[in-house]
Amino acid sequence: MTNERYDAVVIGAGMSGLAAGIRLAQFDKRVVVLDRHSLWGGLNSFYKRGGRRYDTGLHALTNWVPATEKSTPLPKLLRQLRIPREELQLAEQSHSIVKVGAVSLEFGNGIGRLEASVAQAFPREIDGFRRLVSAIQAHDPFSDVVDASSARVRLGEWLRDPLLIECLIVPVAFYGSAREDEVEWDLFVVLFRSMFLEGLARPMGGIKTLLDALKKRFLDCGGILRMRSGVSRIVRDAHGAACGVQLDDGELLECERVLSSAGRVETQRLCDVPPQPAEVGQLSFCETTSVLSQPTRSLGHTATMVFFSTSEHFAYRRPAGLIDTTSGVVCASDNYAHHEFGEAGIVRVTCLANHAVWSTLDDEAYAAAKTQVAQEMLAAAGRVALDPRPWTSAFDMFTPKTIHRYTGHVNGAVYGSPVKARDGSIGVDKLHLIGTDQGTLGIIGSLLSGVTAANRHILMANQR
Amino acid sequence: MTSEEIILAIKDIIQTIAPDEDLSELKTDVRLRDQIELDSMDFLDIVMELRKRYGVQVPEEDYKELATLDGCVAYLTPHMQGKTLKVGV
Repeated sequence: MTNERYDAVVIGAGMSGLAAGIRLAQFDKRVVVLDRHSLWGGLNSFYKRGGRRYDTGLHALTNWVPATEKSTPLPKLLRQLRIPREELQLAEQSHSIVKVGAVSLEFGNGIGRLEASVAQAFPREIDGFRRLVSAIQAHDPFSDVVDASSARVRLGEWLRDPLLIECLIVPVAFYGSAREDEVEWDLFVVLFRSMFLEGLARPMGGIKTLLDALKKRFLDCGGILRMRSGVSRIVRDAHGAACGVQLDDGELLECERVLSSAGRVETQRLCDVPPQPAEVGQLSFCETTSVLSQPTRSLGHTATMVFFSTSEHFAYRRPAGLIDTTSGVVCASDNYAHHEFGEAGIVRVTCLANHAVWSTLDDEAYAAAKTQVAQEMLAAAGRVALDPRPWTSAFDMFTPKTIHRYTGHVNGAVYGSPVKARDGSIGVDKLHLIGTDQGTLGIIGSLLSGVTAANRHILMANQR
Repeated sequence: MTSEEIILAIKDIIQTIAPDEDLSELKTDVRLRDQIELDSMDFLDIVMELRKRYGVQVPEEDYKELATLDGCVAYLTPHMQGKTLKVGV
């Protein structure tokens, strides 16, 4: 029977979609999670090339806390999903670095190492920095209150040195700001807590470990996962409310509610609602992955992540050309407490890129551009962290075009629209955005977005 | 269902939601959230499990009645009449 009515149709088998699906299936709701692709995971997925598995998205899982801590986002989330923490096999980062201009700060899990590093590099700012940390600690991470004021401006309440402010903005922007040249204050607070007060870790086995746990839990609860099932249209009833979806092959699925992780403008298009230009995201990236013939730490590079801007005035915006190598992220995926790489190393380099420029190239020019840009990115990594080229045994790379192809995000905008919908609404009744464009960040944020939407719009609504 | 069985039913639900909590010393007259780590999302799960296992509907305005185990017994006794205890589900 194809016309059975679902309690919920979830568009996208990424973090938010699977999390929402688990919550609903767990309480016997009829729920189907649909995805256009053959692999689940969305922005955080994996693929195989040359017999080796590559992760997309995952550099580090934020919100790491010791297993004894129960009241922070990570343990609460796992409890809601009923996934035992041990299944994730989390390995802590070694330490990470922020480099802006000539200044360098270090951070580890917990605030201690960053605080010591600030005290050393910015001795006159340390009292203000400690007051800033206290203010962020006092902030409720689960609060719904939106404060979209500029983080750069707000940080001026505690800090005087613009260079220190920039050092705090660079990693937070790269971790998930969808707005050019700006980080919103509440987003800054959430990410500061997730990265610096709590910490970074990686599941042993990479993103697949987490995705396998989510998929297994969803199926065990009775959820239905349909891959290669893209949605071409959201069907609306006579009152304009969402009441189903149509798949690429024409099949209709009827439902009470639609949860969409497709993105704001992408979901509007599925509803035939024209997006406003300001709602279209502009920020995209190129990323290289170099597999090394020996562990990264054996080459003298021990940091897990390096966030950098060679300029003291960090430009977080779409570059005019193919790539901007003056800022970016270098991540050594084998510099975690335990890993599965044996005698290999993995170094990933991420820089801002322009989707429009990449999409004008024909096949030949595109291939040539990839080769040239890769060399520029790896050379940039060498200036701030490690140039992996002399030890590289395998290499791959993605561009904004790749991101567009696999995520459907307009412009290959990884972090989606600059206009977030915190309440999940785009003005269509019974349709709720989840994931990136609901305004949460990173893997933990996306999972929380799915959980919260399922709770609020479906489970709690049922209790009333 | 007897008062003892209702307490067992609630404890089993809490153990499902929070497998790492030790429930052996729970006092019946003290708020659950003062004894173990339980937030409003967890209370939603207790209510959803009551519905799933016993078909009992607890409206949002009555969540506060479930604050202690004694409160659970008082509130749920009429609703759990004739129901069979399900543990380890």
